[in-house]
Amino acid sequence: MHELLTHDPGRFMLLLGNEAIVRGAIEAGLAVSAAYPGTPSSEIGNNLFQIAQDPSSDISFEFSTNEKVAMEVTAAASAAGLRTLTSMKHVGMNVASDVLMTLAYMGIKGGMVIVCADDPSLHSSQNEQDSRYYARMASLPVLEPTSPQEAKDMTMEAFDLSEALELPVILRTTTRTAHVRGPVKLGNIPKNKKTRGHFEKAPMRWVAVPAVARTRHKVLLDQFEKAHGLAETSRFNTLSGSGRTGILATGVSACYVADVLEELHLFDRVRFLRLGFVHPQPRNLIRDFLAGLDQVLVVEELEPCQENALKVAAQEMGLTLPILGKASGHIPRLYELTPKIVKKAVCHALSLDHPSPPLPDLAALPPLPQRPPSLCKGCPHTETYGVVKEALSDLGLLEKTIFPTDIGCYTLGLLPPIQMADYLLCMGSSIGSSAGFSLSTDQKVVSFIGDSTFFHSGIPSLVNAVHNGHRFSLVILDNGTTAMTGHQPNPGIRLTPPGYSERHPRISIEAIVRACGVRNIAIINPYKKKEAMEAAREMLAKDELSVIISDAPCILYLKRMEGKTQKRTPATEQTQAGDEGRDRT
Amino acid sequence: MKRMRILFTGVGGQGTLLASRLLGEAAMSAGIPVRVSEVHGMAQRGGVVESTVMLGGIESPIIAEGEADLLVGFEPLETLRALRFCSTDTVIITNTAPIPPFTVTLGQAEYPPIPRWMEFMGSTFRTVIAYDAEAVAREAGSTKTVNVVLLGTLCATGLLPLRPEALRETIRSRVKPKLVDVNLAAFDRGLVQAQ
Ligand code: SF4
Repeated sequence: MHELLTHDPGRFMLLLGNEAIVRGAIEAGLAVSAAYPGTPSSEIGNNLFQIAQDPSSDISFEFSTNEKVAMEVTAAASAAGLRTLTSMKHVGMNVASDVLMTLAYMGIKGGMVIVCADDPSLHSSQNEQDSRYYARMASLPVLEPTSPQEAKDMTMEAFDLSEALELPVILRTTTRTAHVRGPVKLGNIPKNKKTRGHFEKAPMRWVAVPAVARTRHKVLLDQFEKAHGLAETSRFNTLSGSGRTGILATGVSACYVADVLEELHLFDRVRFLRLGFVHPQPRNLIRDFLAGLDQVLVVEELEPCQENALKVAAQEMGLTLPILGKASGHIPRLYELTPKIVKKAVCHALSLDHPSPPLPDLAALPPLPQRPPSLCKGCPHTETYGVVKEALSDLGLLEKTIFPTDIGCYTLGLLPPIQMADYLLCMGSSIGSSAGFSLSTDQKVVSFIGDSTFFHSGIPSLVNAVHNGHRFSLVILDNGTTAMTGHQPNPGIRLTPPGYSERHPRISIEAIVRACGVRNIAIINPYKKKEAMEAAREMLAKDELSVIISDAPCILYLKRMEGKTQKRTPATEQTQAGDEGRDRT
Repeated sequence: MKRMRILFTGVGGQGTLLASRLLGEAAMSAGIPVRVSEVHGMAQRGGVVESTVMLGGIESPIIAEGEADLLVGFEPLETLRALRFCSTDTVIITNTAPIPPFTVTLGQAEYPPIPRWMEFMGSTFRTVIAYDAEAVAREAGSTKTVNVVLLGTLCATGLLPLRPEALRETIRSRVKPKLVDVNLAAFDRGLVQAQ
């Protein structure tokens, strides 16, 4: 049985924030879930995927082709009355946002939780956007945990909240709350939960034509007003300490603040508001918090969302006290916060010296060689890059070639000795940007995309390239799995857990490329150098669109699957293998 | 209860996360408030993997510069890189067997001479326990157990609020059955390295 299905109420397990979210969803009666993986959210989907394979579980989970699809799948299941959850990384929310904005109008029936994991400091991402702006734009409530226990409790509460408001609820995590382990107390797993829904037709409720959406927008604003009320009484908002300086913090920032207050014994100098129900801000609680304060410091990751909301609240209350934070320079807007930054800010606000431990003099240390991540030994991508490089060089084109790339293990082709990555924006951007380069320059354009990314968002741009006559070569690196995030299945999957392929037919990338109307197609095995070179030269020499499909499985996954049944308890096996799961951006 | 910040650092594939997790599980079983933070993602294979174990009620998952009470380095270059998280009072345990990054193998950078910098550490920090943990792991039966060897040494410092038996128990219950014996052997060999 999967570890997260352990039925032992009262027992503590040391869970990752993401695992705690899964456990919370199970205890809340989750019926349907769908996701596209992305660090730091991936373990949510990975665990639900394994749980769904477990015969004792009645949860439906799928890895969808992208975040938008996953949100549509779960939204409809919620409309049919079931409890659902979808998870994504912050940039996944960009893809799903088209759904989100109107889903907020349409609402849901069964509770729906949207987990969105932000990545301050861009540990594994292409930007550090703050997903709370989406919640503001959509007028949806947001909960933000500070610990795995809270992650579980909030997930459960989010389902109730969602049903009370008939709105999806966003659970926002950041890298440091998603990837932290802590003791989590297990509760009950419900026995008789609803697993089959029924959709009550009501076109004037569920079909977002203008007439309906107009009325639904009003409903949304009314519900959002109700959310204000619920935020007032949320047990996740707590006020402690006393003094004339206030500190408001959310998420992992609240952990940093709590440690500083404890270490410097500041509880009689600081009134500390920990917000867990972070959007909308509870007005009355904020009023009580601000009353009698001389100044407030707001500590939050990324954008000054709480800070600005607090300024609005203060203005409405006619208060002019200084509100310190990002704008005042106490807290940086760039990158993730650290205990040191927060300690400094608190000391600065209170005009205290901040004590520092006796630091060593490290000036003598030489410059230390960097250790960037690299492609696995024997990775097929290395071979494919080698073939393309040599073929271009034979054709005398290497120097004038632009290499738009995409998101996956192969993005590491940026680094020496490969150095074949020149332009990247987001998932799927290789193909669209190739079109732009080919029409605007006389340079040769050769781009790279992986199988999972191709399914995620490459297909529309390939259709576009054919229809509009763009001239470039596209290399599809088909390794048969979503390697970088930990080998999740995708529609082109070749290496499958036992029994998986009967229920999940494989979609042929070659057939799709042909159906898009591409005329020049070569399929190569990058390990067979001679034939691969010949085919690559032919395709790369074309002055029109050509596609090379490099067909070779991910070596790491292949090794792992050899002689292995797919049953596994999540964490121990994963780590015993040597921290080898590698995540994509 | 004394608050304690322990930093683990190593290279992807060395089992850093397993070591910190085992310590976290042992602490939880002993009723000690604990938080373990892990690095997942891009860095995980071949890159630097850091994790932390915070004991005694610390809420922050990461460690500020100068604030580690204990540093466990799985690889000497990574130990050097992590020294900024240490104060001169930090107790440092480090493996001395290098894993050169590809920037070194490609000749783009130079791997610092280990004996020299071990000596530097010895004269800069109060306690440094440095030895070839890979050799010890090999003696125990598998070089994959460097992580548990070092965990043994960490336990032997006597600074953890945990007895060796508590960690042995965690190894028995958390490690795959067929790997329990080799890991216990590794742990015990690590224990005697602190002397
Ligand atoms: S995980 Fe697979 S695709 Fe990624 S670098 Fe390793 S072998 Fe290559």
